[in-house]
Amino acid sequence: MTATVVHAPGFQRSLGTMVSVRSVSKVYPGGVEALNEISLDFPKGQLTTLLGPSGCGKTTLLKIIAGLLPATSGEVMVDGMRVEGPGPERAFVFQDFALLPWATVLRNVAFGLELRGVPVAERESIAEHYIGQVGLKGFEKHYPHALSGGMRQRVGLARALAVKAEVVLMDEPFSAVDEQTRRKFQEDMLELIKNEQKTFIFVTHSIEEAVYVSNRIILLSRRPSRVMRIIEPDMPRGITPDQIRRHPAYLDAVEMIWQALKQYLD
Amino acid sequence: MEVFGRKIPMSASLIVWAVLWEIVGQLDLVSLIPPLSNVVMRLAEIVPTETFIDALALTARSFAAGTGIAILAGVPIGVLMGRSEIADRLLLPWVNVFVSAPLTALVPIIMALFGFGETTIILTVVLFALWIIILDARAGTRSISNSLVEMAQSYGASYWQAFSKVYVWAALPEILAGIRLGMVRAIKGVIIGQLIVSVVGFGYLFEIYQSNFLMEHLWALLLVLFALAFLIDGVFGYMEKRVEYYAASR
Ligand SMILES: Nc1ncnc2c1ncn2[C@@H]1O[C@H](COP(=O)(O)OP(=O)(O)OP(=O)(O)O)[C@@H](O)[C@H]1O
Ligand SMILES: [Mg+2]
Repeated sequence: MTATVVHAPGFQRSLGTMVSVRSVSKVYPGGVEALNEISLDFPKGQLTTLLGPSGCGKTTLLKIIAGLLPATSGEVMVDGMRVEGPGPERAFVFQDFALLPWATVLRNVAFGLELRGVPVAERESIAEHYIGQVGLKGFEKHYPHALSGGMRQRVGLARALAVKAEVVLMDEPFSAVDEQTRRKFQEDMLELIKNEQKTFIFVTHSIEEAVYVSNRIILLSRRPSRVMRIIEPDMPRGITPDQIRRHPAYLDAVEMIWQALKQYLD
Repeated sequence: MEVFGRKIPMSASLIVWAVLWEIVGQLDLVSLIPPLSNVVMRLAEIVPTETFIDALALTARSFAAGTGIAILAGVPIGVLMGRSEIADRLLLPWVNVFVSAPLTALVPIIMALFGFGETTIILTVVLFALWIIILDARAGTRSISNSLVEMAQSYGASYWQAFSKVYVWAALPEILAGIRLGMVRAIKGVIIGQLIVSVVGFGYLFEIYQSNFLMEHLWALLLVLFALAFLIDGVFGYMEKRVEYYAASR
């Protein structure tokens, strides 16, 4: 029997933390307070989802972890090292894919390695491997504009995997993708998490998606964000996706999150 | 353009003007306008002459050097202005002034600084071509999506890598448009330079044709220049079309 575990906001897991956010605040120029003294730990090798009302600061937090945005105060540690900017152990998957339109799928996937000066032959063979992993074999020579949204995001994901980052940050990666593609994508994600042993930090607006793919879900309150609740859905694995979606543990978790987030609808 | 339901290429309008020119010329109304057919004949006559070839070579050299400098300086400056708020604040007022200033009036200043040689002519070309190249590169860079910039950053691109592997390519449609407009202005620049600075190249030909009232020669030379401008415009217009497909998806 599986059970969904709910922790109080102060819950901290000390063992095997990959990313640690410590009292991070962010005030944007102009005075918008996006984050206020938020503290969070992201366990190694797991997929943690950030879920919360629109505008609560999820993207802001993700970008601070990525090193793309400086925190106003507080600090982020990745594998014990303080984040000062972007680093090779973190890779970002963008909501709008952020592919180079003038480059082929192969070059796009290898782009992170190209920037690091990896020789052509080596980076292309690594890229080919990950293109296969995300199910795009045969599309190496295609250009992004010839691909569907779902395929483009697979390119974005393959690019993040190709640099062998330990932490993969994903900001609503499936929001520009249709529902069928999205479900297929979610299943592939589960497969990847199993194989890749990476730490995934994931932002989504879909409660179902969060429950389906996450090891942990962090519910955030309205801006300035606080951690409202931490949920570990612990879905049964090894059964079909349809069985999961009908499983009481799945339905209970979805319902619980919905009840918690409902208050933020106006 | 459509006439009587048929598609007619834009260049067809040139034929109308050519016919009109011939008629006005044949009527002999204004001595300034010889018939087009005479001009074309004169063109065939002067183009193979050594004087013309030398003048063309000299003009082409100043033109190529000037536009080369304008592109090599203008594109990075424009991209920098598009990326950096500070650089933009500092430079934009100047660029805006120069892009519409009566630049001919500034040529004597360059002359005072650099003398009467080819350097001054080349700098005149730069002066004419540079500003629009900067402005367009800036506009292209500003239209790059934020996530593409963040992508380059997050994968650890150095300033040079971000510039050479992302920004220039992402802004390429506008950069090409800027270069096209800059080169057309550069033709103006090279002729004005040659006329004002030291009467050489095409400037020299203009001078002698004019002072000897050789109207057919003068028009023939102008036709050559128009054709060159047309050619540059066409080549770059074609290249812009080829990169258009990604202008929307940056
Ligand atoms: N560059 C900025 N300057 C000023 N305010 C900003 C900036 N970026 C975001 N904000 C504000 O900060 C708050 C948090 O934004 P953020 O994008 O992190 O929210 P989010 O949780 O990702 O929202 P969504 O779910 O809609 O994507 C919002 O109120 C937003 O308006
Ligand atoms: Mg967001």
